[in-house]
Amino acid sequence: MEQQIKKRKTTLWSLLWNSKLGSLGAIIVLFVVLVAIFAPWIAPYDPAALDPIKRLKPPFWMEGSLPEHLLGTDNLGRDILSRLIYGSRVSLIVGVGAVLVSGLVGTLLGLLAGYYGKWSNILIMRTADAFHAIPSLLLMLVMLAVVGPGLTTLIFVIGLTNWVSYARVVRGEVLSIKERDFVRAARAAGASNARMLFKHILPNIMSTFIVLSGMNVATTILMESSLSFLGLGIKPPDVSWGTMLSDGKQYIATSWWVSTFPGLAITITVLGVIFLGDWLRDVLDPRMKAND
Amino acid sequence: MSHLLEVNHLQTHFKTPDGILRAVNGVSFTVDAGETLAIVGESGSGKSVTSMSILGLVSDPGKVVGGEILFEGKNLLRLTKKEYRNMRGKAISVIFQEPMTSLNPIFTVGFQISEVLRTHYKLNRKAAKQRAIEMLDTVGIANAEKVYARYPHQLSGGMRQRVMIAIALVCQPKLLIADEPTTALDVTIQAQILELIQKLAKEQNTGVILITHDLGVVAEMADKVAVMYGGEIVEHASVEQIFHRPSHPYTQGLLASLPKIHEDEQRLYSLPGTVPNLLESSEGCTFAPRCKFASEACLQSKPRLALQGEQHWVSCLKAEEVRG
Repeated sequence: MEQQIKKRKTTLWSLLWNSKLGSLGAIIVLFVVLVAIFAPWIAPYDPAALDPIKRLKPPFWMEGSLPEHLLGTDNLGRDILSRLIYGSRVSLIVGVGAVLVSGLVGTLLGLLAGYYGKWSNILIMRTADAFHAIPSLLLMLVMLAVVGPGLTTLIFVIGLTNWVSYARVVRGEVLSIKERDFVRAARAAGASNARMLFKHILPNIMSTFIVLSGMNVATTILMESSLSFLGLGIKPPDVSWGTMLSDGKQYIATSWWVSTFPGLAITITVLGVIFLGDWLRDVLDPRMKAND
Repeated sequence: MSHLLEVNHLQTHFKTPDGILRAVNGVSFTVDAGETLAIVGESGSGKSVTSMSILGLVSDPGKVVGGEILFEGKNLLRLTKKEYRNMRGKAISVIFQEPMTSLNPIFTVGFQISEVLRTHYKLNRKAAKQRAIEMLDTVGIANAEKVYARYPHQLSGGMRQRVMIAIALVCQPKLLIADEPTTALDVTIQAQILELIQKLAKEQNTGVILITHDLGVVAEMADKVAVMYGGEIVEHASVEQIFHRPSHPYTQGLLASLPKIHEDEQRLYSLPGTVPNLLESSEGCTFAPRCKFASEACLQSKPRLALQGEQHWVSCLKAEEVRG
């Protein structure tokens, strides 16, 4: 009996352990977060420190490498490992921040459009269509050109470009959930509109929201990279994985490591976030909890 | 004495692209405290729309366009949205037919019971939980404290319907609307659930509107019966009179289509035809096209509900002949 009860209390940890991809994702994300937080302590060099003599040195296993620069140096002699470590900060802050902005705006508008319908639906969804019709990169370029680049503007510009996907998905979910019996039952039990929206409908779209957010953190990190690559994101001496990619593009034929390492960092982080998001969706489904 | 609920000439119409659909067309009835009124009819006869009208939950494009709904003497149709909302779940409750889907899948059943309490009584978490567990116990759930923390998918259909009953009755409503409460359940569970509703309603002196197409349920539960056809009440009487002296050909048809175990019949009786198209307003009796008693007069003039004996209302020109 005692054992049975223990077995029933499946903890988050055991659920995470049971999902191979989920644990992989969690490990990757945790690692990147820790690296970002402790960057000043673990980075061997100042990421902006120039050294024209040690330009374009290869990583440690190649000939001509310098033992003090594990992953080599870039075209200005800056240590790539240190830049990667500091670059994770921008990627994470922009990734999470922009997703929060777009998630908040998009979910709220999607809820309104789906729940109230009629003119609010028309207004919101046509605006979404208009946003969708403009290439997002172009939109961001214009917005950044007007406001001027910087970390905060980057977050808001990417966030406000991405709300459309949330609004659409949330609206669709609301439309189907609000016809379900338990919503009708809640209304018959005297629930107010606000209660219906935030207590009964919103929690039921949470799993969709989380998966979407996982994907969006990924695209946002990529967007930040593209903008920085185009020179509209982070300005030196700050560093992001996107600016590193961009710096390395002219040397890709001769010194591949300059752009390959930040590229790998982006890919691995994005995958980690997606895996973790998928696992979270499963865990948040109450049917997964306390299976007996 | 005034009635707990008095519905007078209720009209609920749906605006459709093809015209106005008269889902409920001049329905009147009363329910007293502690009394059970069964509303019987085929699918599409307007039973559920009637109950939704009382709750003020007719969904677009439907609208209550006429009549009055007096609840304890107050016309519900004049309430503001907020006043109406405060009535729902507190003074007037409803049990729906789908226990499998009427509970929110992501909250524990206990949370959902206490939520109603907290909505209407501003109870604190602990008091609400206490009361919810008592209520689970009242609806006959063993181990109420454990079940409080369960999610709907962990319960059987019968248990879920008990939870729905707990939610509906936890605020001790004066009127309970049970919209086919047992249709989705196993036969063995049906009787238990009906007994439970009946027992609790009697204890709390609740008026019950039981919506069903199952005459067996009616015989077991109801004090009065209103038979609906095509958005109108065609016969309204005590349950004894409906079963022993049915005076509308439609009521007779419904009774005749019940299987009888003692009689050696090879085939079940079935009413010919289907429910009328409510988009067309007919001149005569809506049931006439399916009625074996129908005459020329039936197709021309619409019958009104008229007294045929004590508290026995029938809307048929040939009620005398039908009763035989």
